[in-house]
Amino acid sequence: MYTDVVMEHITNPQNVGELADADGVGEVGSPACGDIMRISIKVEGDRITDARFRTFGCAAAIASSSMATGMVRGKSLIEAWAISNADVVDALGGLPPAKVHCSVLARDAIRAAINDYRTRQGLDAWEMGSCGCCGGSGCGSRPENG
Amino acid sequence: MNDKDQRPVYMDHAATTFMKPEVLAAMAPYFSRYFGNPSSLYRFARESRKGVEEARSQVATALGAEPEEISFCAGGSEADNWAIKGVASALRKKGDHIITTAIEHHAVLHTCEALEKQGYRVTYLPVDEFGRVDPGDVEDAITDRTILVSVMTANNEIGTVQPITEIGRVAHAHGVLFHTDAVQAVGAVPIDVDALGIDLLSLSGHKFYGPKGTGALYIRRGTRIESLIHGGGQERGRRAGTENVPGIVGLGRAIELATADIEGHNRRIAAMRDRLIRGVLGSIPDTRLNGHPKQRLPNNANFSFRYVEGESILLLLDAHGIAASTGSACSSASLEPSHVLLAIGLPHEEAHGSLRLTLGDANTEDDVDYILEVLPEVIGRLRQISPLTPACARVPEAD
Ligand SMILES: Cc1ncc(COP(=O)(O)O)c(C=O)c1O
Repeated sequence: MYTDVVMEHITNPQNVGELADADGVGEVGSPACGDIMRISIKVEGDRITDARFRTFGCAAAIASSSMATGMVRGKSLIEAWAISNADVVDALGGLPPAKVHCSVLARDAIRAAINDYRTRQGLDAWEMGSCGCCGGSGCGSRPENG
Repeated sequence: MNDKDQRPVYMDHAATTFMKPEVLAAMAPYFSRYFGNPSSLYRFARESRKGVEEARSQVATALGAEPEEISFCAGGSEADNWAIKGVASALRKKGDHIITTAIEHHAVLHTCEALEKQGYRVTYLPVDEFGRVDPGDVEDAITDRTILVSVMTANNEIGTVQPITEIGRVAHAHGVLFHTDAVQAVGAVPIDVDALGIDLLSLSGHKFYGPKGTGALYIRRGTRIESLIHGGGQERGRRAGTENVPGIVGLGRAIELATADIEGHNRRIAAMRDRLIRGVLGSIPDTRLNGHPKQRLPNNANFSFRYVEGESILLLLDAHGIAASTGSACSSASLEPSHVLLAIGLPHEEAHGSLRLTLGDANTEDDVDYILEVLPEVIGRLRQISPLTPACARVPEAD
């Protein structure tokens, strides 16, 4: 069901944690949906120098946040903002269709962190676009089927 | 622990069981050697027919029923559909109201929903925090339009065993038929259809070490029921289609084995299961056991681990070779985790963090030890990652 890259990220997630002196923090999802992602970033000049995550959610959610935090490191804010959920999916070698919303969640958490940084700097938040989270369907092994 | 150190441990026997070698051996001659159609008259078909009829006796004996009260079909889902739709349409003139519970398997729930679309009315009774139905609620729900009460013998997710003797008694006191989905109960709960007051009972071969796609519906003599599958005159005209002879033979042998020593079997399985539950609750904080402490299937353990999500637990367990299942929705289309866990009052996040471990005949004490070694580590790792985990419940971070 999951690619080797996803499995590697779930068994060995990268960038787990929180930055004590974060410049921006973004949190998306809700426990009721079964997904919460919190991403903190450190910004120097115009660049993200560090990014960490904490995620409550399925394997795809953990792998997406692990991957996305790695992808934004070293990028300018504009470059990081431009990372799409499809970029995250590609980097993971694909996600099952029902799990694509997890990559959207990761993109949105990054963007929420960038906007938090911008707001703290007294800048206008960028337009987030519609939240794509909570749009997937179905999942693996469920007792209700057996 | 290294992810590479894994041993395969299957603890998802409520999903399905392996087939026992004795069952396979019983089935083997019926594929090629005795391939005749049991409906045919020539001698060629005699062995197939004998195989089917012997299996019918084996099932009847296991349930305290008569052979002619047993009809074979293609599994638990078909038996549930047949019992409910068959009674609903046979008794349409008498009434249009069905009583069931909020925690039935979808084979029952979705069947009832389909009937609602055709104009039947269905009451879905609530359960208490342990998943038990109150027979008093059944009684209160019965009206003069009620034609069927359907309550499962034991729940597939949390293992709760229902007070079906009392429920059957209530139904009969009002002249209402009683159906029970015993798919998870066969081999674990002693069943005597007369003592328990059961009119219709569903069972499924692959839950007790028999073949998949085999099942049976017990129909008490004299019960009015329509066929679900129309066609040839097999199963005394009740269920059309050339019989799955090897499957039926396997089902018969499997139920015979599964009900030979229920008490001894339960004692052995429950001893392992109880050690598993004690070990998990003792080593992983912020964990609850779902289901009834006592009135539960001997092989069922169902936990909720706070702050973590079930699918990621499954995946990490799978990386260690452990097969289990979860009631998490983990993807958010419906946004709804298991209807059973919600019905016992769990908040969504704890339903998302559920794990079901169901033991079976091949499990050993070593398997329990292995899970008690791996599971705390897996939960600890995921709690490390989770933003919901309170700082005090987190292991200090390595990076
Ligand atoms: C309680 C219950 N009822 C019905 C079914 C459906 O049985 P089957 O898979 O044989 O169709 C199952 C399991 O799948 C079950 O656990």
